[in-house]
Parts: sequence; C-alpha cells; structure tokens
Amino acid sequence: MFCGSFYVVGLKWIHVAMASRKTSHQNRDSGDKYSVLLPTYNERENLPLIVWLLVKYFAESGYNYEVIVIDDGSPDGTLEVAEQLQKIYGEDKILLRPRVKKLGLGTAYIHGMKHATGNFIIIMDADLSHHPKFIPEFIEKQKEGNYDLVSGTRYRGGGGVYGWDLRRKLISRGANFLTQVLLRPGASDLTGSFRLYKKKVLESLVEQCVSKGYVFQMEMIVRARQLNYTVGEVPISFVDRVYGESKLGGNEIVSFVKGLLTLFATT
Amino acid sequence: MTKLLEWLFGVSLVVAVWALVSFDLLDLNLPQAYREVAWPMPLYLLVSFGCYSLATVGYRVATFNDCEEAAKELLEQIKEAKEDLRKKGLKI
Repeated sequence: MFCGSFYVVGLKWIHVAMASRKTSHQNRDSGDKYSVLLPTYNERENLPLIVWLLVKYFAESGYNYEVIVIDDGSPDGTLEVAEQLQKIYGEDKILLRPRVKKLGLGTAYIHGMKHATGNFIIIMDADLSHHPKFIPEFIEKQKEGNYDLVSGTRYRGGGGVYGWDLRRKLISRGANFLTQVLLRPGASDLTGSFRLYKKKVLESLVEQCVSKGYVFQMEMIVRARQLNYTVGEVPISFVDRVYGESKLGGNEIVSFVKGLLTLFATT
Repeated sequence: MTKLLEWLFGVSLVVAVWALVSFDLLDLNLPQAYREVAWPMPLYLLVSFGCYSLATVGYRVATFNDCEEAAKELLEQIKEAKEDLRKKGLKI
C-alpha cells in the first residue's frame, strides 16, 4: 500500500519531467530567437556571472538565444573576460561588438542590433541588478498578448527592490508618481531598463529617441505608446549593487526633472 | 497634442467654468449658494490633490517590496557560477 503510493508519485514525477522537457523542445523549435544586448563598462567581475545566469535560464527553458556584449573600451579588461567567455560558450552564443569609448546607451543598442540574428531583443543591465530568471517570464508574457514590448516593473505585483534605503525609495516613488501624473504613460515603471522588444519595434523607437540616461528609457515607452505599440508588464526584483552601494545624487535628480519636463512639453 | 497642451487646455476649461460661476460673467443670476461653493473650489481641489499625492506616495513607499530572498538567491548563484566557471577554465 505504501509502496503503491510511491509508485504513483514516481509516475507523476516522470510525467511532469517529460512534459517540461517536451515544452523546452517546443520552445527551441518555435523559430523565435532572442538576442540579449549587454552594454558593459567596467564589468569585469559581473560579466561572467551574468552570462552564466543567462546561459543557465535559456538552456533550462529551451529558447533560442544569443548574448551580444557591447563593451565601451573598459579599462579594466572586460573585453578580455568576454573573449574567454566566448571560448567557453561558443562564438554563436556570445557575440562581441566592442566600441572604442563610452558612447551612450542608444547608440549601443543600435550598434548591438546591427548584427543581431534574433527577432526579439532583450535589454538589461550587466551589473546583476537584473536577474535572467525573469527572461522566460518576459517571453511567455510577450507570447500571451503578442506584445510589442514587455517591461519589467519594480512597482507592481511581486516586483520590488533590494538594497534601497528610505530616502532612495521615497525619491523613486515620488519621481514615478510625478511621471504618472504628467505623462499618463500606461506603464508602471518607466525608468526601468529590463525589457523585451520585438526587434522591429526597438529599431523604430531608438531612431526617434534623443534623451540620455534614465530619461532615454522613459522616452522609449512614451514614444511606443504614441506609435500605438502594445506594452506588457512583468514584476521583477531589482537587486541593487550586490557589491557596494549605488547612490542617487542631486545631479541625476535635476537631469531627471529636466528630461521629464521636456517629454511633457514635446510628446 | 502634447501633454503640456492637454493640461493647458484642461486647466483653461476649469478656470473658465469657475470664473463664469464665481463672478457671474454671463449674468445668469445663479443662486448665491452656487457662487459661494464655486469660489474656493480651485484651492480645495489643489489641497485635495496635494493630500492625495502625499498619501499615495507614502503608501507606495511603505509597501515597497524588499526582495530579501532574491538577494540571497543571487549570492548563492554567484558562488555556484564562480565554481562552475573556474572548472570551465575561466581565469580572472
């Protein structure tokens, strides 16, 4: 009787394991390919870790992918580490598109997309604040509604942040509230940079966006809404600076407000 | 229309209606009660919005998720990754 229940549980386990393997196979054959753009500057320590996590979660889910590292001439040898990763994981999985110096995010995306073979582009930070475990969720969400873009949100659902003090949280929520009131963007997290785009959509948006930094990410979503692209959201956890503390200074706040007012007046 | 223009349009509309009622600009001879209520409305609305903003932001800050488990999981995965990469030949 006891052995009988073990037998049933065993059968159930085999069935679930085979079902998930079958899904992973289906994912591989679906014809979709995901190009992950990783702009890096001095990420010698984090790059191997983020690549390891990307490989892990893509392998588990079975989706077809490539990782494009866009290094802006990092003096700490990030590119050299990227080359080692290329040897370990293969040149078809890890692509290098380095640039000579720090040239900004918009152009990094354009540069990275030029040789991307995927029909979807994933943008994220390379400093481990964005976790690749959410990528299969982004992909599923995109398929659910055939969204033109899927945005990771820290402000809704199970989304959240680790490592922020009260001041930082206050500034973040206050800025987001102001943005919602002024721009009514239809997305809960505008300054986030963990997103999945259809390649054509990202190409058309990057051409139009002129801002820098946080505001660039905001502008992308605002313009996407203007062009009637559909936006899906997935709650994500944002782990800020596993090594050390990141600061939000007066300069950044000022440039954010300037950028927000510019978007308010021009879109 | 830009958001700025939408706001200006909306605000102008509200101000026009307010002025119309408060100062009886069209000589409609509305009852005194209407005028007394309309007159302080803009201030009331502003103060209400201010309170709403403070309450909303306060609530959102208080309920901001602190992802402790995500941080722990990440630290463990970092250890695992470093081991695995070393085995695969990565040299830092």
